[in-house]
This record gives sequence, structure tokens and C-alpha cells, in this order.
Amino acid sequence: MIEPRQVDPGSPEWPERLRHLESPPRGLWQLGSIGPTTPAVAIVGSRRATFGGVEIAASIARELGSAGIQVISGMALGIDAAAHTGALDAGGSTVAVLGCGVDVCYPPRHAGLRSRIVASGCLITEEPEGTPPFKYNFPKRNRIIAALAHAVVVVEATERSGALSTARWAADLGREVLAVPGSIRSRQSSGTNLLLRDGARPFLAMADLFEAVPELRSAAPTTALDAFSARAGSGLERFSPPLREILARMGTQPVHPDQVGLALGLSPALVASRLGALELAGAVMSLPGGLVARTV
Amino acid sequence: MIAFAISCATRGLAGVPVTVEADIANGLPAFTIVGLTDRAIQEARERVKPAIRNAGFKFPQRRVTVNLAPAELPKEGTGFDLAIAIAVLRAEDPSIRLDGLAFLGELALDGSVRPVTGVLPMARCLADAGTKRLIVPVENAPEAALADGVEVLGAASLQACVEYLRGDGPLVAGVRDASPPSPAAEPDLAAVRGQGHAKRALEIAAAGGHNLLMTGPPGAGKTMLARTFPSLLPDLTPEAALEVAAIYSLRGSLRERPPTTLRPPFRAPHHSISRAGLVGGGTGLAQPGEISLANQGVLFLDELCEFSRQHLEALRQPLEEHSVTVARARAAVTYPADFMLIGASNPCPCGHLGDAQGCTCEPRQLTAYNTKISGPIKDRIDLVVSVPRQEYRDIFGGADEEPSAAVRGRVDAARHRRGEGDGHGNAALNGREILAAARATAPARRLLALSGERLHLSARGFFRVLRVARTISDLAGEDRVGEDALAEALHYRIEMAG
Repeated sequence: MIEPRQVDPGSPEWPERLRHLESPPRGLWQLGSIGPTTPAVAIVGSRRATFGGVEIAASIARELGSAGIQVISGMALGIDAAAHTGALDAGGSTVAVLGCGVDVCYPPRHAGLRSRIVASGCLITEEPEGTPPFKYNFPKRNRIIAALAHAVVVVEATERSGALSTARWAADLGREVLAVPGSIRSRQSSGTNLLLRDGARPFLAMADLFEAVPELRSAAPTTALDAFSARAGSGLERFSPPLREILARMGTQPVHPDQVGLALGLSPALVASRLGALELAGAVMSLPGGLVARTV
Repeated sequence: MIAFAISCATRGLAGVPVTVEADIANGLPAFTIVGLTDRAIQEARERVKPAIRNAGFKFPQRRVTVNLAPAELPKEGTGFDLAIAIAVLRAEDPSIRLDGLAFLGELALDGSVRPVTGVLPMARCLADAGTKRLIVPVENAPEAALADGVEVLGAASLQACVEYLRGDGPLVAGVRDASPPSPAAEPDLAAVRGQGHAKRALEIAAAGGHNLLMTGPPGAGKTMLARTFPSLLPDLTPEAALEVAAIYSLRGSLRERPPTTLRPPFRAPHHSISRAGLVGGGTGLAQPGEISLANQGVLFLDELCEFSRQHLEALRQPLEEHSVTVARARAAVTYPADFMLIGASNPCPCGHLGDAQGCTCEPRQLTAYNTKISGPIKDRIDLVVSVPRQEYRDIFGGADEEPSAAVRGRVDAARHRRGEGDGHGNAALNGREILAAARATAPARRLLALSGERLHLSARGFFRVLRVARTISDLAGEDRVGEDALAEALHYRIEMAG
């Protein structure tokens, strides 16, 4: 059983990078081990993310995790949870910066995720033990996320998302801010698109991150894959022509099976059967609400 | 002086013959009715007395005791009035002949006979019990005539009835309505534009008797699709139609559904319905609820997630046993409730999850919303299909839509291919039965094994997919479940990956 520890600014465990803050926390409560010199990237975004966004956050985190780069986020629903999960799935280390006491699990449904983080990473907060998740704690904790990371990647955010406050803190601290671009019509990407307009770097592939923060590249083993550019459009040869025909029609946005059927002139039964086969092959994902989306 | 007249009580759909005994003795004038009666029967004293007087007969000015036997059976309703009046008159007038006769009907104060509910099931019960002739209110005569093996006579008044019993006059013979009325206009599938995916799911559901859930944003046409569903189902057998009519008779609802119609019933209760209204109940002896009125047909629950958890929980037993037992203080009653469930629900509380308009729900709301269905009745739903909001160009223009009759042809063929079985279709096959019936090909079995692993199918989910795949193969005329049928079935599964 790991016990929460209190860490003072004078302690050797105190993360150096927090000294960059104008108003650093007066103390930290930690559960797990943070590894003060590990290179780290924060992945943040909306709680109410799209399925595509969740998937992107998880795969960035997986890449970082397997490259030995620590993933920092806020353990909230949506993007945050996907970031932690992705890092853990890849065997990497992850830090969750909380807006409540280190002994409080918020949101409660993340109890399972929380114990995984404690086992291979760290929970960290400036709030004393037992502090409930007060609303006003969260903007405050965003500055810690920004300070701890070498770069902040915003995956999806609306214009009023807390992820934008993390990005602002990061920019003030001179950290690199990257944003994943989205459709100009998607509300979930309106915040990230604003960031891009205001000068954030677009995140299109892992290479963008490594280019922005060269320290990360040296930290990462040279074998780090670039899943995003390598994956686009390739690897479809393994599917039979009828299945490829369906995939080709689907594009990147979720669609309803009826739209696919109409476009290809196929009966609903045939479309359903092929979608079923594709889903089984891991090439298509059913989304709540009945839409289907390509995952390759 | 004592006399007996036969009448009938109901207990669920079954009737119980009741002997109405009247004894007239010397003593102060009094009129007592005993035999575990309810308030309506106690009030019969105040109806029967004036009815006898106003029909031109004399009510005995002595001590009159009426017993409804078997005395331990709870009885209710006004249907015993006529039998009570006849028994009382017979006790003083030996010229009234009652051999092999039974009586149902309520009396008005002027002696006319008023219709009652439940005449059809009671007539069937009395016929089975050996009654030769049955006298019922004129209005109920066509309904009672549906029972085989009993001669039905309609009485308009107590006077006419007594004249007949004395051999002085005729009564109108009850004739069943002419053969099936022209099918009421059921909404046709062709009236729904587009929605090919949902229509295909309706076809599969109809062919295999599967329960179906439709999800989609408000205004997408879920309700419209559900209303066309009965038009895909084959006609009821005459026996099944009679059972349905008997339930409507108990509820006094035969006016909304002619007793001779062979089309399956369609019920769509609103989510504000009481639990008793849904599954049966009420004060006194339990009345059949909506699920019994949907017997042999379709129960459509719109806004499924708005129904309370208790309501949905109460559907579990009927969905498994095809009948419902309602226990009340006075007696437990069982009604048939063999229905197909069609549910419709928004994908989330705001209704726009996955829609172009965008969902505004909190993540927490989404989870709460979905667990409501997933709990109690998810296990009984085989197919889930999404119904998207239609684009303008889908509604106007485009090809002609397939009419219901064409789909019903395929459904009939698929049902015949599987034989009648226990009449509940593939949906009722349990794990062992479906494994045997599916006769899955080797590639299909491989696919199934893969799906367990990749899509996290539970054992129940496994069998659900197989049942649906069996029906898809039936529709395609294939003996063995192949890869394509299985892949299609997987697409309609209820579990989401991950």
C-alpha cells in the first residue's frame, strides 16, 4: 500500500520545473512516484470529447508511453482519461494532477484508472488531503499541468474549455503548445482551432511534437514510430475488394450505414453484413447513436 | 321454495361457472345476497327489485336470500343481475324453465338488459361447462356467438327474457359478425421514405419474433416505423384471434378492435402509464394491462428510457414467460402476455448524440440514461438499430419504397421455413437450442469465436447474435448460418465494443 507523501519546495523530490511558476504551490501531496527529471508532455482536452478525439488522445499517449515520455493530464472524463489510459496501456508512466485532495477520487467512476495511475505513475495535487473537488481548484491545478510538461497538446476543446486555460498557462511559461486541428464546424474543435489561429503549432503527427521540443526526441528511443503518418491510407490491402469499397466511402467522419448504402447502391442487409465484418476486423467502430466510423 | 340459475365469473381469462341460488322463506321482507361479493353485486339488490317490478312482475314480499356459489370465489361486477332476477322469479313461478340455460347481463331499473364486459371468455367457459343456451344482453350477442358449442340468445329486457323462458315468445339469436372485417388500414412501410437500415431490422424482427430497439434523434421517424411493424406480421390463427378478442372483451374494449379481426394488435402506451395499466392490476380482481392487450401482437414503448425502472423491471417476467401473473389481495390472476416488444429511445437525454446538431449532454447523464435500458430488459432485446434524422432530399424524391406486402411475403416464407416450433420464433430459442438450430458453417464459427474476443460479447450476447443470424439465414433461405448472416447479425448487436 502506497501512502500519500507531502513534498516541500526544498525537498529533492520537488519537481524543478515548478520553479518556473510565478506562484508555485506551497507544497504538494503525492501518491506514487513522479520521477522529477523525466521528460513529460501534457495531453489535455474536453471532458465531452468526440469518439475520434478520445481515440487520438489515446494514441498520442500510447506513442509517448512507449517512447518513455511521461504523459501528464488531469484525470477528468474524456480526453484526460484517454491520455492516462493510453500511456498506461503502452507501459509508460503518467501523472494526474488533481483539483481535489490526493485521497479523493474524482470523478468517482475513475477509481479503476486512479489505482492504475498510482501503480505506474503518480497522483499529485496542491490541495490538502480530504479537499473536495471544488470548482475553483481546477483552473489553479491547470498551471501545475502546464509547468510540469515540456509541451502541451490540446486534442479537443470548446471555446470555454479548461484545456484552453492550461494552454494559456503553458504559453506564459514558454512551453510549446500544440493543437490538433478539427473541422471548422465541429464545436468540439472550436477551441483548438482558435489556438491554432492564435499561433499554436498544429499537431498532425508525432514528428510535429518532436520538432517543437527537440529534447523529447533525444529522450525518445530512436525506434519511436510515427503512427499517424505511417497509417494514413495504407494497410487496406488485407481487406477484400467489397470491404475496401465500403472503407473508401466512409472517409474520416462518422456516417450512418444508410448513407454508405445509398452511396454505393447496396442493400441495407449487405451493408450491415460488411460493416459487421469490418468491425470484427477492427477497421470500423460502432458509435453510440448508431453511426459507424473508420479506425484505420 | 328454492331456484337455481347459472351465470359466470371471470378469473383472468378463464371463467368459473357460478350457480345463483335464490331461496324465498317466510319472514319479514328482506333481500340478502351472499357469496364473497363486491360492492357492485351488493348494489344489485337495488337494481333487481325495481327491474322486476317495472318489468311487470311481483317481487316477493318475503325473506329472499341469494347465494352465489362457489361461495369462496371472489366475484365482482354487474353481470350477475339478470341471473339473480331470474332465480328469484323462478322460485315462485314453476312455469319458468331453466334447463341447460345460463345468464349474463346487467339490469336497468326499467327492466331492460345492459351490456357487460368479459362476455366472450365467459361464454367460452360456459360452453365448456356444458351450457346449451346462453342468454346475454343483445349488444353482447355477436361477441358471445364467437364461442363454439353454445346457442346464444340476445335479450333486450327482463320481460322478453321471462316470456321466452315461459315458452311465450322468442329471443333474437346471436349471430357472429360476418367473416374478418376488411383489414383496417395499417400504416404501410412504403409510407416511410429511406431508412433502409431500420426497415431491414424490422423485417428480421418480424421473421424471427425478435424484440427490437430503435434509437435515434427526435423526429427521425421511429414512431412511424414502429406503427408500420404490424403490417409485416402474418395474420393470427383463428384461435389466437379469439384469445385476443377475449382479453379485449374483459376490458370492454371490443369497440376499438372488432373481435373477428385477424390482424395482430398494436399497443403503444404512453410512458406516464401506471404500473397496473401496463402489466395489469387495479382494485379488486386484476384487469388485464397493456401488455395483455398486446398479446399475439406488438407492444411499442416509445421513449423507452422515460419509463420508470419499476415499469421496465415488471416487463421482464412477461417477456420470458409470455404471460403475466398479477397478485392482488383477493386473488392472483394470470393473463396471457405473448407480445413482441418494440422500443424506441433517443440516444441520449437531449436526443442528438451522433447527430449533426451535436449533443449537449453531460457525460454523467449519458451513463445514467444508458444503464436504464441495459439493466432490466437488455437481455430480452435481440436487435438494436439506429434511425437517423432524414435529410430533405431523402424525404422527397428518390425511388419508390417497397410496400409492406412484399416484406410480409418474405417474413411468411422465413417463418414457414423454420416450422411453427412453439410459435415464438427464433427469439425463444435458448442457448442449447440455438446452437443446434444455427448449424453454423466453419467460417461462421471462426467469426463467432473472433467476435467473442474482439467485441467482448457476453454469453448472452453470443446467443443473441446467433438467434438473429439464424433468422437472417431463414430470410435468405439458407439451412446453415454462414459468415454473411453472422456478420450482419453482429452489426445489430446491443453491446458496444470497449
